Amino acid sequence: MDMASTPPLLSVRGLRIEFGTDQGPARAVDDLSFDLDAGEVLGIVGESGSGKSVTALSIMGLLPTPPGRVTAGEILFEGEDLLRKSRNDMRKLRGNEISMIFQEPMTSLNPVFTIGDQLTEAVRWHERVSMATARDRAIEMLGKVGIPSPERRLADYPHQLSGGMRQRVMIAMALSCSPKLLLADEPTTALDVTIQAQILDLLRALQEEFRMAVIIITHNLGVVAEFADRVLVMYAGRTVEQASVEGVFDRPSHPYTEGLLASIPDLEADVLRLTAIPGTLPNPHELPPGCRFQPRCGYAREECTAASPPLLAVSPDHFAACIRHNGYRLDGAAAAMAVPGAR
Amino acid sequence: MTTAVDVAGQVDLRKRSFLQRYPMVRRLLRHKAFVVGAGLFLVISLVAIFADLIAPSDPSRMAVRFRFRPPSAEHWFGTDNLGRSQLSRIVYGARLSLGIGLAVVIMNAVFGVALGAASGYFKRLDNILMRVTDALMAFPPVLLALGIAAALGPSSLTAAIALAAVYIPRTARIVRASVLVVREMEFVQAAMAMGAGNFRILRKHVLPNCLAPLIVQLTFVFAFAVVTEATLSFLGLGSPPPTPTWGNMIAEGRQYIRDAAWITLIPGIALALTVLSLNLLGDGLRDVLDPRLKIAQD
Amino acid sequence: MGRYIVARLIQSIPVLILVSVMSFGIMKLVPGDPAILIGGPTATPAELDVIRANLGLDRPFHIQMWKFYVGLVQGDLGNSLLLGKPVLEATIERVPVSLSIALYSMVLTLGFGIACGVVAALNRNGWVDQGAMIFALLGVSIPNFWLGLMFIILFSVHLGWLPTGGYVPWQESIGGWFATATMPAVSLALLQIGLLARITRSTMLEVLRQDYIRTARAKGLPEFVVIGKHAFKNVMIPVITVIGIIFSVLLSGSLVIESVFSVPGVGSLLGSAVLRRDYPMIQGGLLLVAWSLLMLNILVDVLYAYFDPRVRYDHGR
Repeated sequence: MDMASTPPLLSVRGLRIEFGTDQGPARAVDDLSFDLDAGEVLGIVGESGSGKSVTALSIMGLLPTPPGRVTAGEILFEGEDLLRKSRNDMRKLRGNEISMIFQEPMTSLNPVFTIGDQLTEAVRWHERVSMATARDRAIEMLGKVGIPSPERRLADYPHQLSGGMRQRVMIAMALSCSPKLLLADEPTTALDVTIQAQILDLLRALQEEFRMAVIIITHNLGVVAEFADRVLVMYAGRTVEQASVEGVFDRPSHPYTEGLLASIPDLEADVLRLTAIPGTLPNPHELPPGCRFQPRCGYAREECTAASPPLLAVSPDHFAACIRHNGYRLDGAAAAMAVPGAR
Repeated sequence: MTTAVDVAGQVDLRKRSFLQRYPMVRRLLRHKAFVVGAGLFLVISLVAIFADLIAPSDPSRMAVRFRFRPPSAEHWFGTDNLGRSQLSRIVYGARLSLGIGLAVVIMNAVFGVALGAASGYFKRLDNILMRVTDALMAFPPVLLALGIAAALGPSSLTAAIALAAVYIPRTARIVRASVLVVREMEFVQAAMAMGAGNFRILRKHVLPNCLAPLIVQLTFVFAFAVVTEATLSFLGLGSPPPTPTWGNMIAEGRQYIRDAAWITLIPGIALALTVLSLNLLGDGLRDVLDPRLKIAQD
Repeated sequence: MGRYIVARLIQSIPVLILVSVMSFGIMKLVPGDPAILIGGPTATPAELDVIRANLGLDRPFHIQMWKFYVGLVQGDLGNSLLLGKPVLEATIERVPVSLSIALYSMVLTLGFGIACGVVAALNRNGWVDQGAMIFALLGVSIPNFWLGLMFIILFSVHLGWLPTGGYVPWQESIGGWFATATMPAVSLALLQIGLLARITRSTMLEVLRQDYIRTARAKGLPEFVVIGKHAFKNVMIPVITVIGIIFSVLLSGSLVIESVFSVPGVGSLLGSAVLRRDYPMIQGGLLLVAWSLLMLNILVDVLYAYFDPRVRYDHGR
């Protein structure tokens, strides 16, 4: 990463998100750092509960508060910390510069308003254009997402469309103000297999056309392989590996990533719990000592329980939070290669 | 559970087991509204039952010397235009009010279950019965009760019949809904296939399953009956005047509202407290017995 | 939409007919001879014969029923014994009075009920929330006629702000109408407000959890659009269904409230008809009120279809 030449579009530094529970605060995301350049596609991979959706919501400023709260770190978008922005400034950014699409196309559209109404809304609020202009934009966007006879669809209600069509509408809605960053939270998970591939192809084509940066959140490495430039693997709120797509697939450097690769489901078998890795995510109130993955790890040794390993460089643009690649030594030389910012 | 060896342990076990065996009771006792409502209702019921002992004098004994006495140490609730003790009249009014309410509830339980079950069982009957209940439910409750009471002539019995007629269709619908659900259940289908009689299935399977919503409904019917009985007698269609009903007391006090407001005020408070206790009771029962219905609440 | 309305109307025909049968039949419940009840103990046999002839009681049952329906089709519900004029005319004369108070009351109920419910949901467990809950509980427990009397004690007797009763048509004097209609309308509405607030509150809380609200926020819509447009229209769907019930309760209540405040509306008309055993009036009144309520329910269903497109299309096809 040549960070000196152009500053990244999005830079998340030491993000920590806590959820208030009956048993006290639980850390959903802990010390998360990553950069995203303009036009780049980052895949965030992990099991449900690993903190990936929460991260996306915090970038949007839509973390349900309470119970969720960002307790440390910063989210720099074009150099400005989103966490310090006023509610109104964040609102102006949402749906405009940063957009998001969600997992559930069936419930994400408001059932009592027409597609046209919901599509023109964001444009009209952000760009203050006339109804006619907004309508034209809506028709154009529906065309772009591959909805046939878009003009007629404007008068339709969500329940008249299939799940795939609704997700296309959601995408059209998210892109209608040409955002610089799109957050896609499991955009294909709830869809039929054949539709999944279509939606992914569509997203990729639109990403190229709009030259926007995309964070695609998924538990499916297959989706990442098709779409992303870089991958960030999360486990129990922490980054365990960060690399280019090729790096991750050719040389997985964290046992958890290895497990994920071993259990890559076909698009058909959309498993939420990975069968290749025994056990489940730890309870955030009873995190194991040392490495959080250690209780489920086939390579675990005594050293693994001693301290939580930092992200160590496997190669110049490949980092993994596992001491295995450095011969189980946590000496000065290895620590010095840790990513800046990721303590 | 390990077997309790020592006697003390056994006693302890039995003590705990009452609430353990009836988790419903424990949950009800934890429900604040229920406890308040049940307590209040119990007090009012005791007053109604022991009216003879509580009332300081005959509720219809007039004492011209003591007309329009405001509440005092001597006359707790004051006296009315004829010098009758308001306390006595309230206490006997409670007996009448709860008596009619109870009669309405019993009629509701019997006819509501019978009609609901018949409707749920026999498809042909169902269509007719449901249209009839639709039609009965098209009348505003108080208006229908008034109409029936007007036709039958004013009396306590009339009031009870009129009120029962208003709410039986609503109760029948609840029972019918449960029957329709239960009769599709596999074990009931199996029982039917094995030739179990309709009545047996009804008693063993259907009734236990609709008991919870039925009890909740009946509590609210009770509350409704108490209010509407008071309305009927306020309008002159309940038990005729010398009878100490709360509605009559309010109606009689109305003329003296300028100078002797307590005559109207006190029976109204008694009425509101009774209905409130039943509503609290019903809310509690609904929350605990029939959690599905609670969705609408929170 | 038109088709949907027609379908609903056709569906309601059996119930309309049954309601008319019941309205007719309710007077057949009268034990003994209605003529004696009407004429009183002093009536001579000749007078009783006149009453019987007037009511058609001297004819066999099926003829009575036939005449009732022939009259019904022609818009003739018989003559009121008390007023000596047609039941329909007597009722229609008084409809504007009752309707103006019922609508006033409905506006108060909807305005305050929905507003309190929304505020309660947005400030969960705040004072509006607690207040609405207590209100709802008191609302179903306090009989409205007694509440009306309490209002008279407070606002008329003690404060002298409002007249104890009577009615001034709004065509004559708006101020007079407000002065006379406010206490009846408020005593009817007050008890419904808490109830509606509770329903609105729980629905709003449910709606705010929905994914489409998150989507609306993700679009960068201002919060007042998220709540006022996206949440509100969804909240209105269940609220619309209870409007029919609320109106029925208001109408039921106006029967008693009108006699408390001596308002010359349909309610007090029926009240006195019931007391004085004006059988044709009772029959006709029951029929008209129930029919209007059934029509109102259809109107509510149509409104419902307007708010919820899913219903519109399911039934329209």
